[in-house]
Amino acid sequence: MTTTAIIMMIVAMVTVWGGLALAIVNLARHPEAADDEPAPPVEL
Amino acid sequence: MANATTQTSQREGFGSRNVFILSAIGSAVGLGNIWRFPYVAYEGGGGAFLIPYLCALLTAGIPLLFFDYAIGHRFRGSAPLAFRRMNRAAEPLGWWQVLICVVIATYYAVIIAWAAMYTWFSANITWGKGNEQDYFFADFLQMGDVSTGLSTQFVPQVGVPLIGVWLVVIVIMTLGVKRGIGAANMILMPLLTLMFATLVVQSLFLPGAMDGLTAFFTPNWEALADPGVWASAYGHIFFSLSVAFGIMVTYSSYLKRKTDLTGSGLVVAFANSSFEILAGIGVFAALGFMAMAQGTDVSGVASSGIGLAFIAFPTIVSNATGGSIIGVLFFGALVFAGITSLVSVLEVVVAALQDKLGWGRVRTTLVVAIPVALLSIAFFSTTTALAVLDTTDAFVNAFGIMAVALVAVVLVAWILHKLPALRDHLNKRSSFRLGWTWMLLVGALAPLVLGYLLYNEIVAKLEAPYGDYPAWFLGIFGWGMAIALIVLAVLLTLLPWSRRSHAKLDPDYDEFLVEENYEPDAETGSIRLPGEAAKGARS
Repeated sequence: MTTTAIIMMIVAMVTVWGGLALAIVNLARHPEAADDEPAPPVEL
Repeated sequence: MANATTQTSQREGFGSRNVFILSAIGSAVGLGNIWRFPYVAYEGGGGAFLIPYLCALLTAGIPLLFFDYAIGHRFRGSAPLAFRRMNRAAEPLGWWQVLICVVIATYYAVIIAWAAMYTWFSANITWGKGNEQDYFFADFLQMGDVSTGLSTQFVPQVGVPLIGVWLVVIVIMTLGVKRGIGAANMILMPLLTLMFATLVVQSLFLPGAMDGLTAFFTPNWEALADPGVWASAYGHIFFSLSVAFGIMVTYSSYLKRKTDLTGSGLVVAFANSSFEILAGIGVFAALGFMAMAQGTDVSGVASSGIGLAFIAFPTIVSNATGGSIIGVLFFGALVFAGITSLVSVLEVVVAALQDKLGWGRVRTTLVVAIPVALLSIAFFSTTTALAVLDTTDAFVNAFGIMAVALVAVVLVAWILHKLPALRDHLNKRSSFRLGWTWMLLVGALAPLVLGYLLYNEIVAKLEAPYGDYPAWFLGIFGWGMAIALIVLAVLLTLLPWSRRSHAKLDPDYDEFLVEENYEPDAETGSIRLPGEAAKGARS
C-alpha cells in the first residue's frame, strides 16, 4: 500500500470506529433508568 | 375494561435499551452496507470520499435519525398513528411509508433467498469455475426477456428458498417485538459481526489484497469538487441509515419512556458506518485478489450490488485458496444482514395494522405477512424477477423513500412547526443535547439536499427509459407503482379507525401524556384534566 492510502485508511478507521467508541462510552456513562425494577430501599 | 377486549392494551416493547440499539443496528446494517458502500466510496474519490461521507453522516444522517426517534417516541405509535397523533392531516404520510415498506419487503426477501442458495453453492462451487456470470443469469435465475411480457414460470431454485425466507421471517414476527425481533437481533447481530470480521481477515491474506486496499483508500481530491460526489454521499447515508420510511419511528415507539434517545442514536449511526468501513476493507481486499488473478486493474473488477455479490464474489470464491470459506462467510453475512433488515421493514407494516385494527400480534402478523409473501413469491420467483426487482427498487427508492422524506421534513418543520417540541422531547431524556443547529439541519439542509436529489432522479428517469425496459413495464412497476402508493395511502387514511384501535383507546399513551405534562390526546377518549386522565384510563 502507498503511504497516502495507509494514512487515509487510518484516518477513516480513527474517525468512524473512534466515533463508535466515543458514542458507546457516552451511552455507558448514562445507564438506563430501569423503571420496572423496584427502587433501592431507603434507609430510615 | 380494556383487558376485556381481545387486544393487548399494553404496547409491546424492547426488553432493554441495548436490545433496541442492536435491533436498530440490525435494521440499518443491510445489503447496502456490504455491497453498495464500498463501490460508492471507491467511485466517489476513494479515501477522499471520507470527507463528504462524514459530512453527510453528521449533517443529515444523524439529525434525521433523531427526527425519526423523536416522532416515534413522542407519539408512541406506528408511522400512521404517530403522524395522526401529531396532526390528523399527516396520517397519509404514515401510510405512504407503510406501503413503501410493503414494496421493499417483497423484493428484499428474494435477494436473501438468492444469498441463502449461494451460501450453499459456495461450499461446492456449484457454478463451476469460469462460469460465474452465465450460471447466475441463465442457470440460476433462468432469466427471461421481459419485453415479451411478465413470466409466470416458476423457478424452483429461487421460489423454494424464497418460501423458506418468508417462513423464517413470519415466525420471528409472530413471536413479537421482545421475543421475536429483539431475540433474533440479539443472536444474528453478534454472529454477523463475527462472520464478517473473519471474512475481512481472511480476505486480507489473499494475494493482491493490498492493491485492492490501495485502490480503495487512495484519495482523489479532485472528486470533492464534483457536486455529484457530494450528492451520492448524502444519498448513500440517507438509504444506509434506514431513516424516513417508518422503521425508526416504529422501533423507537417500542422504547421505554425514559430512554437516552440521542445517545442511543449516535451508537446506531456510528455502528452502521463502522460496518461500512469494515465492508469496504473486506470487499476491496477481495477485489484486489480478483484483479490480480485476472491480470487487470482493480478498476476493471470493481462493481456493486447484484454484480458484486453474485458474479464477482463467486469468481473470487472459485479462484482463492479457501474460497469456499470466504463464500460461505460472505453469503451467510448477506443472509443475516438481510433478515434483520427485512424484519424491521415488515414491522412497519405489522405495527401499523395492529394499531389501526386493535388486533393482537399473531393475527395481525399472519394477515399482513402472508399476502405480502404471496406477492413476493408471485413476482420474484419467476424468470422475469430481476427486471421487476431492478425497476421497483429504483423507483421506490427515488419516488418513495426520498419523496416521503422530503414531504415529512417540510410538513413537520414548516407547516406543523413541530421541531421545537420534538427537540424538547429528545433533550428531556437524552445525553446528547440538541439545539437550534439540529432544527436548522432537519428543517433547512435536509429539504434542500433531498429536494436536489429528488429533482435529479426525476430528470434522469424522464430523460431516458430506466434500464431500457419497455414503456408499459416502467409504467406499471415504476411510475404506476410509485403513484399507486400515494393513492392507496390516502385511501387507507380514509378507512375509519376501529373503536378498539390504539388511536381511540390507549391507556398507556394517556398515562405517558400525563406523566410528561403533555396536552391530552383528543382521540383516546381522555380529554380530562391531567391527573384525572390516568385514573380514567386505568378504570
